Amino acid sequence: MDHKLGVYIDTGHGIGQALDVEALMTVVKKEMKVPLCRADSYWDEPEKLAIIRNDIKNEELTAVVIAGPSSRVYQDVFRFEGIITERVNLREQVIWCQPANHEDTQMLAEDYLRMGITKTKKYEDRAPFMEETDKSILVIGGGISGMTAAFEASKAGYQIYLVEKAPELGGWTGKFSKVFTGKPPYDQIVDSPAKEKIAAVNGAANIKVFTGSRVYAISGAPGMFDVIIRPEGEWTTPMNEAQQHWLGKKLAQNAMEAQGIDVKEEDRAGQPPKIDTETLDFPYEKIRVGSVIIAAGWKAEDPGKYENLGYGKYPDVITNVQLEEMVAAGKIARPSDGKPVNSVAFIDAVQSDSANPFLYSSTVACMVALKQAQYLRKSNAQGKAYLFYENMRTPGQYEKYYQTLQDDPGIFLSKGTVKGVSNGSAGLGVEVKDTLLGEEIKVNVDLVVLSTGMVPVLNDESVVNLTYRQGPFLPQNPYGQYDSHFICFPYETQRTGIFAAGCARQPQDIQGCELDATGAALKAIQCVELVAQGKAVHPRAGDQSYPELFITRCTQCKRCTEECPFGMYDEKPDGTPLPNPTRCRRCAICMGSCPERIISFRDHHVDMIGSMVKSVNVPDAEDEKPRVIVFICENDAFPSIDMAGINRMQYSPFVRFIPLRCLGNINMVWIADSLSKGIDGVMLIGCKYGDDYQCHFVKGSELATYRMSKISETLQRLALEPERIEVHQLTLNEYHKVPELINKFIETLSGFEPNPYKGW
Amino acid sequence: MAGEKTILVVGGGIAGITAALEAAEAGSKVILVEKLPYLGGRVARLHKYFPKLCPPTCGLEINFKRIRNNPDLTVYTLAEVETITGGPGAYTATIKVNPRHVLDHAATSKCVEDCPAEIPNDFNYNMDKCKAVRLPYEMAYPMALVADAQALGKAKANPAFSAFVEACAGKGITIDLEAKPESFQVTVNSVVWATGWKPYDATKLETLGFGKCANVITNVMMERLAASNGPTCGAIVRPSDGKPVNNVAFVQCAGSRDRNHLPYCSSICCLASLKHATYLRDYNPDAQATIFYIDLRAYGRFEFFFDKVKADDRVSLVKGKIVNITEDPTTKDVIVEGEDILTGSRIRSTFDMAVLATGMEPTTRTEQVPAQGVSYDEFGFLVSDNGIHPAGVSRRPMDVGTCMQDATGAALKALQDTVGR
Repeated sequence: MDHKLGVYIDTGHGIGQALDVEALMTVVKKEMKVPLCRADSYWDEPEKLAIIRNDIKNEELTAVVIAGPSSRVYQDVFRFEGIITERVNLREQVIWCQPANHEDTQMLAEDYLRMGITKTKKYEDRAPFMEETDKSILVIGGGISGMTAAFEASKAGYQIYLVEKAPELGGWTGKFSKVFTGKPPYDQIVDSPAKEKIAAVNGAANIKVFTGSRVYAISGAPGMFDVIIRPEGEWTTPMNEAQQHWLGKKLAQNAMEAQGIDVKEEDRAGQPPKIDTETLDFPYEKIRVGSVIIAAGWKAEDPGKYENLGYGKYPDVITNVQLEEMVAAGKIARPSDGKPVNSVAFIDAVQSDSANPFLYSSTVACMVALKQAQYLRKSNAQGKAYLFYENMRTPGQYEKYYQTLQDDPGIFLSKGTVKGVSNGSAGLGVEVKDTLLGEEIKVNVDLVVLSTGMVPVLNDESVVNLTYRQGPFLPQNPYGQYDSHFICFPYETQRTGIFAAGCARQPQDIQGCELDATGAALKAIQCVELVAQGKAVHPRAGDQSYPELFITRCTQCKRCTEECPFGMYDEKPDGTPLPNPTRCRRCAICMGSCPERIISFRDHHVDMIGSMVKSVNVPDAEDEKPRVIVFICENDAFPSIDMAGINRMQYSPFVRFIPLRCLGNINMVWIADSLSKGIDGVMLIGCKYGDDYQCHFVKGSELATYRMSKISETLQRLALEPERIEVHQLTLNEYHKVPELINKFIETLSGFEPNPYKGW
Repeated sequence: MAGEKTILVVGGGIAGITAALEAAEAGSKVILVEKLPYLGGRVARLHKYFPKLCPPTCGLEINFKRIRNNPDLTVYTLAEVETITGGPGAYTATIKVNPRHVLDHAATSKCVEDCPAEIPNDFNYNMDKCKAVRLPYEMAYPMALVADAQALGKAKANPAFSAFVEACAGKGITIDLEAKPESFQVTVNSVVWATGWKPYDATKLETLGFGKCANVITNVMMERLAASNGPTCGAIVRPSDGKPVNNVAFVQCAGSRDRNHLPYCSSICCLASLKHATYLRDYNPDAQATIFYIDLRAYGRFEFFFDKVKADDRVSLVKGKIVNITEDPTTKDVIVEGEDILTGSRIRSTFDMAVLATGMEPTTRTEQVPAQGVSYDEFGFLVSDNGIHPAGVSRRPMDVGTCMQDATGAALKALQDTVGR
């Protein structure tokens, strides 16, 4: 559509002193053919904003371009309802990093105006994705986390479906005799909160509970998930096996590919196992929900690997979970002969080191051991408990519980590495070295209790059963857990609208699970509310653009379906992608992946960026003014470059920055566009990737690097040197590296002839 | 905002920001109140997060962007909540907003470099000075200068002052020393209390040398030393002579797990010191870090981080309790004394610098919620969760990721107070 633009140049901030504003206005009016262009100082002031508002009304503007300070400031001030607002950064990225009144500084400012106006003209007028959505929430898992999530979300007025595989609600918490709750006075253990919570859930009118049931399939997308709930039964085993088999194969394939090994056809995982949602020849219930909370909890780690500690060899060596069951059944007794227990050694078995890192270290093992020592002491006044640990971990106020138990003469606490457990006439002999007594000790006990790690149930059971093209699983992160962006987005998984809570996410105590589940419930609510308005969820919450595909030009290459970090695309029978817009996080990685350039957002598309590139004024070769396009991630690199400006760091005036939603958004055609126009070099700056990736969209920066490794064909076709393209990783606080990064590249380019395509 | 469903969030650190944004993105109106002139709290002053060793500014940036994009969220900085009356579902709060004493157009510290007055730089834990008119740090939200009226008032007689004020005017910056605080009332349905923590006062640890030995610093100061926008531009050097440090002692539980100081565990200091060891090792490949600890507390996935740092042969871990730190009067080296817990032998070693891992003291221990019916535990953490909801370290000591989780949960608790009212 044709936009009616107004361009407002800010002469404040020193811009008027550093640039020839008249010349800028000439570029806008004559060259870019925008008749309405005003220059004045500080457009953020109320009376100046009134001028813009008047223009919008009187001149029927549909878009305004404000050239002044960075878009990082006054985003809230320059907000005009229904009007496209584009910002041109003449301050942080022009006058603050370039000398005033210099020809090159002026050319830079003029180019940014050309680019900004070109971009604005390319905005398309498309409605947001609005379909009828459902606001109810599915919670998988009826333990403390699942029950809390369900109850808390229901209290905010939402319809909840709670699915639990066991015949009753309660989970682990329901099986514990006493618990530590993180509530004052902290020095006591109390009755399990499970009963109370079960009653609350059962008493809530808007929670429907399915016990003895599992989720058979989830299809659809946020706001419109279709869920098939099926009674627990033998059907789970073959489904589980098929999924685990495929996953194993897929991971092996990925590992080989990462090493550059050519994977043979028979070693490829192929299509993930499909869940048949057509022939439902079994009893089931089908529900529609808007979002999903996974609170499938944990399993005790297989204690089989603790044979050296006597597990499996001696019946009186048990795990902390087994002891808990014993206490719940009423009595602590020796499994071997049923005799009462007078002494117990608790061993913190999870002793990981770098050679044998343990994926699922438990955060609660020490507290559990202390609690169980108290079980013994309370049930048997003569009982003696020995606790051997590497590090006593009683975080926060739990320290007080530890301090209280330290005062109990019947509890012996020591750091120590258990060398072994043997069986003798005096019971089990536990040999410990490196103890606080400074020597090796041996104690004889009736029972040995091993603490074990907490492994997410998601790891080896089919819980989520998505019918997505990318497979039925929640993708796992390099740490064996399911969140997609640790620290900053704790709840987001790689499947939009599906949030992990409690021990499904990471090992935590009961209070931690309750708080965590409450947060997950908020995210689930947020999701259903946002998608109902056609808006994106975190981290682009509120974005109403979404990808649209010009499908007739699709070549079924499947790159978009495979590269989307969030599994947004399913597949139609003809092999073309089937978008599910509410799964989309709007990172536009798919737009970058598409060789046919058929994926577009209303405010961000291939032609828009290509046109911005083409709007750059490229001087003739003899002018010796090279031009470089730098595609930058708007999340990290953009603010970092702003910081360089704020610190008045100076760098080459020959670069032109183009921010992208994520570096994974880069489309190869923009490189070709740049080079074929005479741009001398192209640089990409994204965030750090690897195990501790910082990408808001999981793997954008990594994908961009991968794509650039395949650029040689384009360069060969143009007969240009590969050194003309560079990819860099930059964290936000590394802004001091910006000048060097840029100047070095300009220097590299000075070793080559100017791009021969200049002037074409 | 009368008649609208509104949540008041007090405290603009990571927990408060998160609670405010999560509630606003779920459809509530939110008022966020922060005492300092900028958002970000303690997190803004961290160099990196454990375990990813990524910059906190990255996480703050996306949150600031969310704030700027969200018309349902109103932020007041330099503001305090004076009183809260009413009950769950209907509170009236009085908010006092202190003046910035300067009006500008998103200017930065570079714009006011010729300010003639200086003040101790609180952002850098007073390790250096800053101009009395400044942007608290370059990424600050809001991007607006703040002036110290008292320091400027004293500088008035200085001829450079009027020249400065005039130069400012030419840059669209108006200094206003006479501005007064303004108070106003808001009605809200619910309150989230996220006033966070402060580092335990290390001068109370009389035998550990802080304030007496030039080269004894605290863990929060170490964050600033390592930061490229810190007092030394990222150079990890000795405060006494500015020389690089080769041998640093990290003293865990400095006041924590101690009945005379903070009886609880702050949960994060072990991981913070492991992280500081990486700062040191990155800055100076020859440096040696020695961590004296009672128990090394790395939970869940942090175990990986612990393993990674432990694998560095120039990071040594000594299970020992440090009881005394003194300095060599000539070299200003620090002498660390204590007991090796495993061998029972005495520790006495000399280091270039010592870093005390001081714990987190909840702000609510000294500055309680100005409302009735709020209860605290014996350490000053908020316990009650009815109408006024704790988030982050106001509830219990926790790391950044957990603060975000907790604050998201607090947002739901607050949202519940707006339902059906």
